[in-house]
Amino acid sequence: MNTQDTRRPAGKKLSLKEKYALMTRGLGWDTSYEPMDKAFDQLGLEGIKIHDWDKWEDPFRLTMDAYWKYQAEKERKLYAVLDAFQQNNGHLNISDARYVNTLKLFFTGITPAEYNAHRLFAMLGRQFPGPGAAIACQMQAVDELRHVQTQIHSISQYNKYFNGLHDHTVMNDRLWYLSVPKSFFEDAISSGPFEQIIAISFALEYLLTNLVFMPFMSGAAYNGDMATVTFGFSSQSDEARHMTLGLECIKFVLEQDPGNAAIIQRYLDKWFWRGYKVLGLVSMMLDYMLPKKVMSWKEAWEIYFVQNGGSLFNDLSRYGLRMPKYWEQSVAEAEHLSHQTWNAFYNFSGAAAFHVWLPSDEDMAWLAEKYPNTFDQHYRPRIEHYRKLQAEGKRYYNPSLPMLCQTCQTPLIFTEMDDPTRTSHRQLEHDGDTYHFCSDGCRDIFAGQPDKYVSAWLPAHQILQGNCVEPGAEAAGDPGADALRYFHVVAGQDNLDYEGSPDEANWLRWKGLDKTPPAAAA
Amino acid sequence: MSVEIRVASIDPIRQTFARTSRRFGADKPASRYQEASFDLQPRDNFHYRPVWDPQRDIYDRRRTAIEMRDWDDFRDPRQYYYATYVLNRARMQEAAEKSFEFVDKHGLMATLRAEQVRDIETLLLPLRHLEWAANLNNCFVTAYCFGSSMAQGAMYATTDRLGIAQYLSRIGLLLDGNSGQSLTDAKARWLGDPAWQPLRRLAERCLVQKDWFELFVAQNLVLDSLVHPLLYAPFHSGVGDAGGAYLAMLTEFIKDWSADNQKWVDACLKIAAAESPANRARLSAWAAEWKGLALDALAPLAHCAAHLDGPARLESAARALDQRIAKLGFDAA
Repeated sequence: MNTQDTRRPAGKKLSLKEKYALMTRGLGWDTSYEPMDKAFDQLGLEGIKIHDWDKWEDPFRLTMDAYWKYQAEKERKLYAVLDAFQQNNGHLNISDARYVNTLKLFFTGITPAEYNAHRLFAMLGRQFPGPGAAIACQMQAVDELRHVQTQIHSISQYNKYFNGLHDHTVMNDRLWYLSVPKSFFEDAISSGPFEQIIAISFALEYLLTNLVFMPFMSGAAYNGDMATVTFGFSSQSDEARHMTLGLECIKFVLEQDPGNAAIIQRYLDKWFWRGYKVLGLVSMMLDYMLPKKVMSWKEAWEIYFVQNGGSLFNDLSRYGLRMPKYWEQSVAEAEHLSHQTWNAFYNFSGAAAFHVWLPSDEDMAWLAEKYPNTFDQHYRPRIEHYRKLQAEGKRYYNPSLPMLCQTCQTPLIFTEMDDPTRTSHRQLEHDGDTYHFCSDGCRDIFAGQPDKYVSAWLPAHQILQGNCVEPGAEAAGDPGADALRYFHVVAGQDNLDYEGSPDEANWLRWKGLDKTPPAAAA
Repeated sequence: MSVEIRVASIDPIRQTFARTSRRFGADKPASRYQEASFDLQPRDNFHYRPVWDPQRDIYDRRRTAIEMRDWDDFRDPRQYYYATYVLNRARMQEAAEKSFEFVDKHGLMATLRAEQVRDIETLLLPLRHLEWAANLNNCFVTAYCFGSSMAQGAMYATTDRLGIAQYLSRIGLLLDGNSGQSLTDAKARWLGDPAWQPLRRLAERCLVQKDWFELFVAQNLVLDSLVHPLLYAPFHSGVGDAGGAYLAMLTEFIKDWSADNQKWVDACLKIAAAESPANRARLSAWAAEWKGLALDALAPLAHCAAHLDGPARLESAARALDQRIAKLGFDAA
């Protein structure tokens, strides 16, 4: 034991890297009173081999004191804007009240997912035995909590004036279309630690963040939503950290053992397709829901996935990785995805917590320009048909419950790419039961882990089995009405068309656009 | 005289989110703490069983023996949500930064007596590894506990403990002129010095603990209540000579943090104990068991700190722990 005086007269200057390493990397130790594989007992679940955690390259070098300082500065600025937004009725400055429906989708679909990410990264922060990796995950865990809370505070003002935002957590647990993002995140969080981090840090944060975050935040910027766009700018530097964590993690795992590449490729194939299927909701947001459009889904997919993702996979090819399975199909589908998704919500708007509407002539001209190969041929005629029905007072609703994909839980609303008149439907037998899928990708994912996916909570099945009844409430006997109450969707307030909704009436009143004469005295 | 800006006022159609109304009442606007902290964790309709715990759900009440009717009842008296948490810690770190700069700029570590340097090396610096274990333990609670209010408090405790480990590291770097030698030596003590081994054994026992609430009791109540008075407090007092005052400056963050953190820890334990006799019995049994283990583990270090009244400090810390536990509504006798 060295007990001599270690004082030195003058400290040498340390580089940030050296200082971070000294303050952080040496903190952990190999346990000897308890076995390491008991103290860190999830590492053996997946067959990934890590030989030396010290080879982990810190993706960012933030000590806690610096983290507190920078983040506090960001919070000061963000909350100053939020205070001003609330004080000055900032919600009146948005382009149109229809815009708020994108916030409803974001707040019920994405914000609860950020909560899951907070807990998932805490799991990783505890499970990885190397302090470098663990600390990077812990910082993301607390960042994700920040994002949940700043989203809640940004949207709090909208909730006071618009419907559909009031019960985001219960809706995420119960509402049928939200089982798409919910099952995605629960699929990730229920996996082993390496699959967890590949699913979220790499497939979601690195590969797809630009396709969730960018559209929503740019949509906010284009549509005068000061609160949300300020949150977006404020979290940009957090997101950049999260993306570097994803890339460092995948390189580290690949460099540790040649046998890891095959497992990682399997994860990338699975999580690319899982993530892509969640993005259907984003595609309709971009193409149909933003009053002032940012870019089309097809353009976003081309820039952020085909170009950026493509060059990333080029980089990774030296580890033997290839582009994820079925990526070409996602490119072909970009011509159709948003149109088919919006159509489904138009059909089932009675059971949604946001409003729908038919595109205006101007909207359709934009869609025709952005989708020259498909819109006028396939989708304009349908919209014009719906318009005609609406004008005749025969607004079309689909009264049935849709068949859901066992894997991604999207209704079977998509068509074969080579024949837009035929529904894409795949089947697989497992243990004597037949399971249904929206695509080859989803069928393959199921085939890889059938015992996991048979347990999925499919909303349509649950409604038909009578399981969607508000606890403690008496069943009304009408499964549709019972299900709405169970979803915490208020009928006539949160659902159906924007035209004629309380949101529309309030908006016209606040903006002084209300043209209806006051009701005559009785 | 006052001037008044006239603003258009529009009546809101509701005051707050439904989950916040259900908990705090619908008729009044909710605070940002209330909107940000409660009932955020998914509750219903889990799709898959976790591969890392196939007998239970992703979030599951059964990961502890403690039972609560309302798992989101753990209100933090500090009312921390992310923004207020980082703003508070940013203020604390600003003060700490000034102290570290001051000591560094004037070369004040060189004025410490040899005994003070030895105390830092033998009693203080190895604690950075105990803080790392405390970080992992609170991270475990964040990950596997039930309810967003508990997870939130544990998350901040997780990052706090990392911060403390890093402040201890900086004290070492001030001492060794940024060579890192003092930290290497401290790790060697943690891994091999017989006086530190019982404590390391206990820290490792925490790392294999699976009941998150038991871990909360072991780390945040028992170990912290004993370690702080025994090993940190001698550096806080600042009495004696100038060197003592410098050390008090460098450890002030840790002292202030401990008082702040204790408010949250006590609130959680009080709420759990008030819930049921079964919880009180469980908490008492855990506190008694871990107190016994921790006193044994700390005895050799108390002996090493005899010149700082180590044994007497440990004894009085044990008494203070009993009193604290009694105030919380259970007992560790």
